[in-house]
Amino acid sequence: MDRPPVVALDEVSKSFGAVRALSGVSLRLLPGEAHALLGENGAGKSTLIKTLAGVHRPDAGRVLVDGEAVRFSGPADALAAGIAIIYQEPTLFGDLSVAENVFMGRQPLGLGRRIDVAAMHARTSELFARLGVRLDPARPARGLSIADQQLVEIAKALSFAARVIVMDEPTAALSAHEVQRLFGVVQALRDQDAAVLFVSHRLGEVFELCQRATVLRDGEFVWSGGLEDETPDSVVRRMVGRELSQLFPKQDTTAGEVLLSVRRLTREGVFTDVSFDVRAGEIVALSGLVGAGRSEVARAVFGIDRPDAGSVEVRGKKLRHGSPTAAMAAGIGFVPEDRRQQGLVMDASIERNTALASLGRLSTFGLLRGKSERALAEDWAVKLRLRFARLGDPVGVLSGGNQQKVVLAKWLARNPSVLIVDEPTRGIDVGTKAEVHRLLSELAGQGVAVLMISSELPEVLGMADRVLVMHEGRLVEELARHETTEERVALAAAGQVAS
Amino acid sequence: MTATATAPSRRTAARRLTTRVGRVRELGIVVALALVVIPTAIVNPRFVQPQSLRDLALNASIVALLAVGQTLVVITRNVDLSVGSVLGLSAFLTAQHFADHPGTPLLAGIGFGVATGFACGLLNGLLVALGNVPSLVVTLGTLYVFRGVDYALAQGRQVNASNLPDALLDLGGSRVLGVPVLVLVTVAVIVVAAVYLRSYRSGRELYAIGSNPEAATLAGIPVARRTLTTFVLSGLIAGLAGALWVARYGTVDAAAGTGLELQVVAAVVVGGVAIFGGSGTVAGAALGALLLGTITSCLVVLQIPAFWQQAISGALLLSAITVDRLLALRLAKALRTTEGTSHA
Repeated sequence: MDRPPVVALDEVSKSFGAVRALSGVSLRLLPGEAHALLGENGAGKSTLIKTLAGVHRPDAGRVLVDGEAVRFSGPADALAAGIAIIYQEPTLFGDLSVAENVFMGRQPLGLGRRIDVAAMHARTSELFARLGVRLDPARPARGLSIADQQLVEIAKALSFAARVIVMDEPTAALSAHEVQRLFGVVQALRDQDAAVLFVSHRLGEVFELCQRATVLRDGEFVWSGGLEDETPDSVVRRMVGRELSQLFPKQDTTAGEVLLSVRRLTREGVFTDVSFDVRAGEIVALSGLVGAGRSEVARAVFGIDRPDAGSVEVRGKKLRHGSPTAAMAAGIGFVPEDRRQQGLVMDASIERNTALASLGRLSTFGLLRGKSERALAEDWAVKLRLRFARLGDPVGVLSGGNQQKVVLAKWLARNPSVLIVDEPTRGIDVGTKAEVHRLLSELAGQGVAVLMISSELPEVLGMADRVLVMHEGRLVEELARHETTEERVALAAAGQVAS
Repeated sequence: MTATATAPSRRTAARRLTTRVGRVRELGIVVALALVVIPTAIVNPRFVQPQSLRDLALNASIVALLAVGQTLVVITRNVDLSVGSVLGLSAFLTAQHFADHPGTPLLAGIGFGVATGFACGLLNGLLVALGNVPSLVVTLGTLYVFRGVDYALAQGRQVNASNLPDALLDLGGSRVLGVPVLVLVTVAVIVVAAVYLRSYRSGRELYAIGSNPEAATLAGIPVARRTLTTFVLSGLIAGLAGALWVARYGTVDAAAGTGLELQVVAAVVVGGVAIFGGSGTVAGAALGALLLGTITSCLVVLQIPAFWQQAISGALLLSAITVDRLLALRLAKALRTTEGTSHA
């Protein structure tokens, strides 16, 4: 049984700037075995997959194929080594036919090295027949459902007899029936001695499909071994098992009136029937896996995306859908997930960015007064302990934590009654993190209703009065502060609600 | 027995719809051509005499040639705005070369023009593919650079037909079976490019790059090399067009082909090549060039005031794009409703 691995990673490390995505991670993929890669959001799974795919080159450590150290100079090399990756987001060419998507770069050739379209269609049909699906090889890939797109990706992997197939969350968008069929395909691949690396947050599926697992946490290797002696609980403990660090805990406040009330909010195919309240002085965390629909709910509440059904009320007054202007007028502030793209104008100065949401108040007869802009920025820079050289410097030169403070200042300058923060401490150093937490806690103390989206469980546990857990677009669990444990949140997020 | 044969009719409907819309784009241009030619011919029957039709084809062939090169570039989600300047530079250098070296064989002289275009295209391609600069910016820059070099070399001079070899001038006027040689050359280039785009792996990869650049990288397609190649080909074709320009007009100064790039881009768009890449054919683009050229001629024949001609051409361009967009939207919707359903 213990045959040499087809592909292995040996003590691989990879950093992006100052962020260490992988440090000393090892992985062995054996022929005929399905191997699960487990870890929370941000544990380094995607980086590991992209290293196998030849997209990232490791800073240290080795990639081994059949025991030989190799250097992939690009995705083409990984493909040539027989490694097929099925990404979470299918990577198809919408304008091209299904068959061309399967055989891109490897189309069967006929006379004069011209592509033999008939042969290509026939072989695609054969592959689909093996997968037990009926898709027209000649139709364009555009318009296929996610499940069908995934099948095209799998057919692609089959078409070049891949020896290693990596599936990143392949079941996230599939129905139960489709999942079973996929498992049949994986079983068949294993019978042909392929190695399968399976990334999934659905632990039930992991235990059904996989023989072994490797667990990552914060970019570090935690554990690898057979799954026969493990249980979902023991695996979750390995995934989250870290000390609750010395983060700033939220001070207790008494919750006041309901400031934000969301009722049966639905955006088709994204989230369904989401209802919750946030009271003055409360911090409510919206937890769940990436792709569960948390940020999308926040965007809909703030009016960036238009929901298909449901309502959003602020202080009992219904908000017009799809209008950030209305949301701002009603007193909502929104600190988005991606501060570089959505939160800040990176080339503009600190003072410009701080004043950006308060321009109406800072101008006289439509003309902006630079002096009041500066005064506002100075005021908030002191309040938030911003570290900067000059207020006229572009915000892009600040550190991540200080950039986030500028985004917060921009909204706080409007005195919001409801503040939505999406991943408020992502990519921020520990010290500033605690400051952001202190700030959120103070705001709640002043009667602001805070809705916080966070993938970091310690942050959720330390800060939230209540935790709402989303799974695949629905709210599946609501936990009060005293009931919240890492295990309960993680299990609910993985769709395993203790009933 | 393939799965296709047993597939329910709904899915083959999706396929049929796609091919039909694909054809509609080219058919639409033919219909539009008929719509402008027929009324014009009724007003002025001389418009459809052989000589007049030959002139139409000749006038359109240079733009059509450039449109072929442009199509290769646009399919990969890029654009080459320098083609007019490349043509001008190539035309002047080719003419100058023939004038300075009276004994130059015809093909060697044309090859000189093609080589000029190749060098220009290589510069564009290197800046875009390796320098990672958006092609719009790069080729907008080289549009002025190449034209500037052209003016600097010409120093206000022009090369006249009397200084050019007869072989070259004959090429511009000669015909085979009544069809001008220049038109035949253009058709040959169109056919070669069409076959390349349709039936060769690297040709298909151009569509893949334009359709989803990120996925193309992940699929192991050498995106930078392919992009470089399209710019080289576009430059090369513009160089050839420059040499043919000399053959056709006989007199060349540094201003040859000024502003042509916008006509070329318009032809490509009217011809159904998606400006954001991923779809379109060279045949469509060439038809687009023919349509735009024909419209201009018709407006002249119909004695529409010159002031209105540009506005009318522009309005037609807009309506072509509108129709194209509506078709694309309808197709996308139809594809969604006929999607998969393979595993109910």
